[in-house]
Parts: sequence; structure tokens; C-alpha cells
Amino acid sequence: MLTLTSVQRDNIVATCIRALPNEGCGLLLGTLEGMVSEVLPSPNVAESAKLYEIDSRVLLRAYRRSEEMGLSVIGVFHSHTHSEAYPSPTDVAQAPDPTWHYVLVSLRDVPSVIRSFHVTEGVVDEEQISIQPAGTENRAP
Amino acid sequence: MTALVRIPTVLRPAMGGDTSVTVEGSTVGEVLDHLTADHPDVKGQLLNSDGTLHRFLNVYVNDDDVRYLGGVDAPVTNGDEITLLPAVAGGSL
Repeated sequence: MLTLTSVQRDNIVATCIRALPNEGCGLLLGTLEGMVSEVLPSPNVAESAKLYEIDSRVLLRAYRRSEEMGLSVIGVFHSHTHSEAYPSPTDVAQAPDPTWHYVLVSLRDVPSVIRSFHVTEGVVDEEQISIQPAGTENRAP
Repeated sequence: MTALVRIPTVLRPAMGGDTSVTVEGSTVGEVLDHLTADHPDVKGQLLNSDGTLHRFLNVYVNDDDVRYLGGVDAPVTNGDEITLLPAVAGGSL
């Protein structure tokens, strides 16, 4: 299960809307149990409505920051602008870490749809997202 | 020159589980050549057959992405820290 606060969920969706017409993306920092502590939006360096790539500088900053805070980089989010919130073949092929949470936001419909998945050796498995009230996000030890 | 290479989680099983290793080389290319000589199974995930960096691998010398420092020709000095991070990418295609 992935645990987000309502503010973090709104940050993810807002990042994706701001990136339109391109896909939006970012990284999730948190605990290995799936509790998100920080959402790190990233420029989509692919600059595409059908592809995304996290900025390499944001990626390094996420790992550095997670080490400083005793957290982990636990996943990534991105949007599908005109298709459902489900991993595409490209997403599955480029999802190397079975422990990561792959969050998809579909902006095809209003309101937008947010779902989370694990991808293990090409097999997609949806997980529940628990939305907690603002202010309850996990704090670094 | 000797650099500390930080190994990403996804490559550790194929590299003996180490989180970092010390490798010699005066360029990023030399460091990766020495690294993959010891761990040939991961060579295809780090380098293309022509010796250039794999499209989906980010390599940093200290805090700098080597794409902006000359790629595999980026210089390495004693004590540098080299971080390998697989690119995070995908899309709706």
C-alpha cells in the first residue's frame, strides 16, 4: 500500500496538470513501508506528451536528500494525458525496481484518476493508495 | 587515480551486493571498463557496444552529470565519487 497525504496527492496531480500538454513526472521519497514523506516534482526532460524522463539533476538530488533524511527513493509518478492510469508497455519495460511504487495519473477524465502499481519482472500488480489528512506525512527520524 | 563508485540498488545483486566499490581510472570510461571487467554481467546495462554510455544510465562525477563533462571521456581525479543511477523514464506509448 502507498500512503499519501491529501496535500501530496494534490501536489502530484497539480505537477501533472502544469506539465500539459506534456506528461508530468516526479519522484517519491519515503519509507520502505510505502509512506511518502516528500514529493519531488521534476521537469520532464523528454518534453513529450507520450514519454517522460526524470531530470538527472532531480534524480541525484532525490538520492542525496533521501540519504540525509534516512529515507529512500520509493517510487515515481507520471501522467498519461489521454489514456488510462495504467502502466503502458513502455512503463513496464522501463520499471526495473520491483520495490518501487509506480504512480500513474490519468488526465483523460475529470476529475483526474490516480493509481499505484508494483512491476515485478514485467508483471503489473495494482496496490491500494491510502490518502491521509494533510499534516500527517511521515517525518524523517 | 582511484574513485569510489556508488552502485545502484538494481545492480547490486549482479555485483556482489556491494553499495560502493573502489575502482581505478583517469576517465569515467576507464573506471567503467575496470568495473565491468570485474562484473561482466552488468556491462550491457552500463555501456553500449561502442563504449559510449548506455542511454538509460545516469553517471555523475561528484555532483555533475557526465553528459555535460564529456561522457566517458570525463576526467576522474583521486578521491572522486562516481554515482551510477538508472534513468527513470517511461510514458504512455
